[in-house]
Amino acid sequence: MSLLTLENVHSYYGRIHALKGISIEINQGEIVTLIGANGAGKSTTLRTISGILHPKQGRVLLKEQDISHMEPHNIVAAGIGHVPEGRGIFPNLTVKENMEIGAFTLNDNAEIARRMDHAVTLFPRLKERISQKGGTLSGGEQQMLAIARGLMLQPSVLMLDEPSMGLAPVLVELIFDIIKQLNEQGTTILLVEQNALMALSIAHRGYVLQTGEIVISDTAANLKQNETVQHAYLGVE
Amino acid sequence: MKRFSETINVRELLRPIGQMIAFSLGGGAVLSLVVVLLALLLDQTAVGQNLQARYSVSLVTYTLANLPQVLIDGLTIGFVYAAIALGYTMVYGVLEFINFAHSEIFAVGAFVGVEILIALKNAGILSAASLGVAYLILLLALLAGMTASGFLAVAVERIAYRPLRGAPRLVPLISAIGVSFFLQDIIRLVESLTTGQFNRIIPTFGNFDERLIFGQLPLGATTVVLGVQIKSLIVILVAVIMLVGLNYLVNATKIGKAIRAVAQDRPTASLMGIDVNRIISITFLIGGTLGGAAGVLYALKFTRIDPFVGFFPGLKAFTAAVLGGIGNLTGALLGGIVLGLLETFAGAFMSAFTMGAAGAEYKDIFAFGILILVLIFRPNGLMGENVSQKA
Repeated sequence: MSLLTLENVHSYYGRIHALKGISIEINQGEIVTLIGANGAGKSTTLRTISGILHPKQGRVLLKEQDISHMEPHNIVAAGIGHVPEGRGIFPNLTVKENMEIGAFTLNDNAEIARRMDHAVTLFPRLKERISQKGGTLSGGEQQMLAIARGLMLQPSVLMLDEPSMGLAPVLVELIFDIIKQLNEQGTTILLVEQNALMALSIAHRGYVLQTGEIVISDTAANLKQNETVQHAYLGVE
Repeated sequence: MKRFSETINVRELLRPIGQMIAFSLGGGAVLSLVVVLLALLLDQTAVGQNLQARYSVSLVTYTLANLPQVLIDGLTIGFVYAAIALGYTMVYGVLEFINFAHSEIFAVGAFVGVEILIALKNAGILSAASLGVAYLILLLALLAGMTASGFLAVAVERIAYRPLRGAPRLVPLISAIGVSFFLQDIIRLVESLTTGQFNRIIPTFGNFDERLIFGQLPLGATTVVLGVQIKSLIVILVAVIMLVGLNYLVNATKIGKAIRAVAQDRPTASLMGIDVNRIISITFLIGGTLGGAAGVLYALKFTRIDPFVGFFPGLKAFTAAVLGGIGNLTGALLGGIVLGLLETFAGAFMSAFTMGAAGAEYKDIFAFGILILVLIFRPNGLMGENVSQKA
């Protein structure tokens, strides 16, 4: 049984039909990646799962529970973490406050402190910056903070939207190492990436999105060998 | 259980008190210096001679004699403006929207408080009340005004603003102006149906109208009595307590952290598990509560209220919020105090300095002149942050 399921999901931005019947399954313990060009509907898929958008048709299921029409804050509480595109750091809150906000639905202060300790062992840089304002961090540090913040509620599925965006190659590798490490520790991950090669190198399975529809779905290894994928997304001539 | 010292962040309690003292002393000192210098200059001219001829007092003496009272009055109204301005600025911070109905939220608070006092007076309770009971009754009127205004603000948001959340920015603004007129007429309707009159006067009770005398200051031929009306002290004290409480709530509690997160990035805040609608309601509740308290305090200080009582204080508090930097809590505090002092100084000294050509009735020129100047030269306000930082 899959952990997170999208069944024939249709989403709209106003009148724009952004997702045209998307079906996705994510199993416990997997890294699943969505790849596709700009505007293919990758971020829209994540926003539909986390409740910022509601599907006009179709269902989103977390385990057995239909979450299609729940509000974002309830979906977070149900166990889906979403690290948004552009990181969504609160610029005027400190690093510590950003992480505390990540655990907003949790009321046990000792537990919050324990999780924060765990998060900063993954990203030691955040420890040095702990009382700095979020807006003063570099892009890479902000991405680390965004992921650390996303882990504060220990979600059953962590969705990451373009974690490599705007980062130096060295930082991209660091971030991807950590994503892999998180997965090995048991977090199920849904990864949206423009950097398809990078994404496929750590993912178990992948879906290729094109103008709101899934055109290919396969294991990561097979996708890397797929000619269409190689040509369109991996830069192989 | 946590220990007391862990749960109370003392720094966040002391910081706003320090700011208020600094703003009051700073603003008061600058304005006092300006009027005394002006008086020294004008004393040698026709202005001074005219005053000398009519009241046989020099302009400098006149100015110095009035200064203590002007400072107290300015601070009193300044703190009222600050309490109202915080309602504008908090809502703006979270929704980037000017709640023009806030002046009527203030008026409703004033009416609820005053009507309760009038009812108690008619029941004979007010005249029989001992001093302690009088203070309790005032507290009751304050709390009633706060409750009514707080819940009214929440209801207004639910009914008139929330359905327009996704609309262009002008649309909720027009809705707010509509709500403002609607509430004005509701107050009129209710008052005319129940009391048959629009003007209500707060009953005299307790010792609020008495003056505390600190001493006398000989000044040439005249003697200046240094004293404060008790109600002015109450207004300032209550306002200070509320402003400190608000600052603490926003900067040192979990709810406050959520309010700041929603203000900075609403969609991301919802992804953190924050119920954004609930936080917006809480923001309106806080703003409305402060506005209601300000209404009762305003009635206590100026005694007479009518259904349009909210208009000018509301507009001036809005000016104060813009002056300080809208969206910025400390800015609203600074703007309120500065504006209150400025208009009281203008009201007190303009007549003497212009030989009666422009009297106190023109003091609003200063308030709104400031608004125009700020909008032209420093649109982000005195303490406003760069708007681009928010994105």
